[in-house]
Amino acid sequence: MSNMVKLTINETAVQAPAGTLLIDAAKLAGIEIPAFCYYEGMALQAACRMCLVEVEKAPKLLAACVVPVTEGMVVRTESPAVVKARKTTLEFLLTNHPLDCPVCDKGGECELQDMVFKYGAGESRYTEVKVHVPEKQWSPVVFYDGPRCILCYRCVRVCGEGMGVGALGIVNRGVASEIAPSHGDHLECDECGACIDICPVGALTSGAYRYKTRPWEMEHVGTICTHCSNGCKTTLGVRNNEIVRGNNRDRSGLNGEFLCVKGRYAFDFNHHPERLQTPLLRVNGEMEEVSWSRALQAVVAKFKAGGKAGVIGSSRIANEEAFLLQKFARTVLHTNNIDHHRSGDVVTLLDALSGKTATLGTADDCYNAKAVLIAGADLSQQQPFLANQIRANYRHHKAGVYVATQGAVREDKIAKGVARTSGDCMDAVESLRDKLKSEPELLVLFGDSVKGEGVRKLVAFGESLGIPVKYICLVDYVNSRGAMDMGLLPDLGPGYHAVEGAPGMSLPQMMAATDLDLLWVVGANPLARHKLASDKAFVVVQDMFLTETARRADVVLPAASAYEKNGTVTNVCGQVQRLKRAVETVGAKTDLAIIGLIARGLGVNLGKVDADAVFAEIQKTVRGYNVPLPVIVTGGAAQTMPVNGRVPATVLPELIQSSRDTLFTTGTLTRYSKILNEVLEAPGGLYR
Amino acid sequence: MTFSPELEARFADLMTHYPQGRHRGALIPMLMYAQDEVGAITPDLMEELAKRLGITVLQVDEVVGYYSMLHKKPQGKYHVQVCTNVACMLLGGAELYDHACEKLGLGHKQTQASGKFSLEEVECIGACSWAPAIQVNYDFHHEVTTAKLDQILEGLQ
Repeated sequence: MSNMVKLTINETAVQAPAGTLLIDAAKLAGIEIPAFCYYEGMALQAACRMCLVEVEKAPKLLAACVVPVTEGMVVRTESPAVVKARKTTLEFLLTNHPLDCPVCDKGGECELQDMVFKYGAGESRYTEVKVHVPEKQWSPVVFYDGPRCILCYRCVRVCGEGMGVGALGIVNRGVASEIAPSHGDHLECDECGACIDICPVGALTSGAYRYKTRPWEMEHVGTICTHCSNGCKTTLGVRNNEIVRGNNRDRSGLNGEFLCVKGRYAFDFNHHPERLQTPLLRVNGEMEEVSWSRALQAVVAKFKAGGKAGVIGSSRIANEEAFLLQKFARTVLHTNNIDHHRSGDVVTLLDALSGKTATLGTADDCYNAKAVLIAGADLSQQQPFLANQIRANYRHHKAGVYVATQGAVREDKIAKGVARTSGDCMDAVESLRDKLKSEPELLVLFGDSVKGEGVRKLVAFGESLGIPVKYICLVDYVNSRGAMDMGLLPDLGPGYHAVEGAPGMSLPQMMAATDLDLLWVVGANPLARHKLASDKAFVVVQDMFLTETARRADVVLPAASAYEKNGTVTNVCGQVQRLKRAVETVGAKTDLAIIGLIARGLGVNLGKVDADAVFAEIQKTVRGYNVPLPVIVTGGAAQTMPVNGRVPATVLPELIQSSRDTLFTTGTLTRYSKILNEVLEAPGGLYR
Repeated sequence: MTFSPELEARFADLMTHYPQGRHRGALIPMLMYAQDEVGAITPDLMEELAKRLGITVLQVDEVVGYYSMLHKKPQGKYHVQVCTNVACMLLGGAELYDHACEKLGLGHKQTQASGKFSLEEVECIGACSWAPAIQVNYDFHHEVTTAKLDQILEGLQ
């Protein structure tokens, strides 16, 4: 680089790009300058005084977190004056700190503990009585213990700048200073818990995790959050086969350390008392708990009997399960009557983009694109991570943000252009044309109100701007995209190839068919919004809970959750990531295993029924999925290739309907998450 | 919430002192002027100013809590603020504060029933060079002794 600045740190020659902060330049050179308040990506604060260093010719010690490097600067980070300053800073930070480390959630992974251990004094000269204030609960998930707080402002900044919420502040002064929530005694916010994660001490603690375990007694399993389609990596803390914590402090995965309320807390459905652990069989009209072998026998007998069958898959099962399910339907049941709840018109988008290259947006694009258009979606509510990427893009790169939606959205605040619509968004999008045209490039994210011809119009609009445009079609759940890619569609098989024979029935058609003999529902709850017309249909349901659909079933097979299985899922941007089993099932089995057992009962060979083996088949046979295995195996996100060629879709776009989940809902699973229900009922209600 | 035409004129003038997009900088003078008219920083007032400056009530609260000249409860006619921060403390600030408590029959952040005096122990008021210092309403008194304090208080009617 041309603009390099030469300086000396601890007698070592160091080079860093102009404008680099001293603390970062030292880090690049492998020299640690300790700090609490400094946090990469957040505004500078210089509040904690921990990063003081000696700079030659400066009259006093300087805070390395706010001093840019200058040519010829001579810096000492371990001189006696610096060592003494650090000791004193820590002594001050501990004056009113309760030192209740043995019972503090943070004990063992606390930055204050680590700093005192490494840089602090063994004793304190402070003999006054410590100021104590009682702990406060601000929401179902956020607790604040004032005396432990070191006032580093990290939580204030992550909430304001990071989340765009600004629900935390610091009130009062001197020894009375404390963090305060947005509404007097309680928080009205996203309840994302980013403040808790970013807290270097145990001042902010989580309602879900507090006093449950010591950090070192957990196993940490990085897997993909099962809720929305963004595909955030969540690192689950597991103790005694129970998930007790979700966070992503190791910044693995495409989301870095970002998580919303669902990724961080809504794993609790997994241990809900109503989880099904034993198969149920309808005997003389009543549901009875039976053994797996008896339940499977009943299923196999009905499958053998034949008749008109329908298969409904899910947006939450793994790619391997969806692939095997459609293979089973098409090769064993010989039907194209297979579908799932569709939440976005990916199919038309892929068709409209056929023949074009570099037109599919990724999560990285949300952070790097020079301009972003949000069409017909409340991004902050429905796609929290993508919304976070866009906020960070605006903050770090001054990206142009444009909004074309039906109602007010949070992105309005940072938008260069806002247009409202009462229809399918195209009128609003059109009104932004001149502004969009002046941007060097554009990323378009669109929701379920743009479908069918609407998607084609939107792509034509993008083409007409004369700038490079990429698109993201927003969908609802963790594997909504994968379910389509794997061919859980009546007219399209895996990789969007036309099916052999006539297209089958769509989900609503199956529900409305009076002559259906067999309905097999894997991980979905279609009866929540449709009526099943066929009274004679033998219904087989694989699910975690006794949903509306499971109540109508003749056989219910208890299924493993996403946190209890291995496999892969594909996020809203077409990025494939690995699910890693965090806890063992008690009585349930994975959908993959169940499909395999039914196949074995029927005496058919579907190949090796094992997540890795099925994924190998997907890689070989599904268009776009020939992705590098090492990326996935090491916990990375592998981008699927765009489908090159037309998509012969025949199904009507009317079937596409997002569940319009908010930050605090997640389809049927909402009712089984205690935390989400508590948050919904808390005085803050739903913050916009 | 409505203010007098004079205060509104002052606010309007203040807005011209800050560049576009930086109007939140006017918060402190607005709070001070409004406090003089309203008598205290009430929740209504905080909400009104937050709305006018496009910031959150919490952001107003951060400022109100920080500055010792901004009060959420009405003060006495004479609000006596005694600094006991390091410089003043070393030169007798604490004794001065104790003396004021005794003299006025008040504790920290208390107001006489008559409404004449109120007392507050404050952090640094920026008069360290002339410590110990006290502040009565907008007036500073420097190098105060207990005798000088008596004299100051007796001079206030």
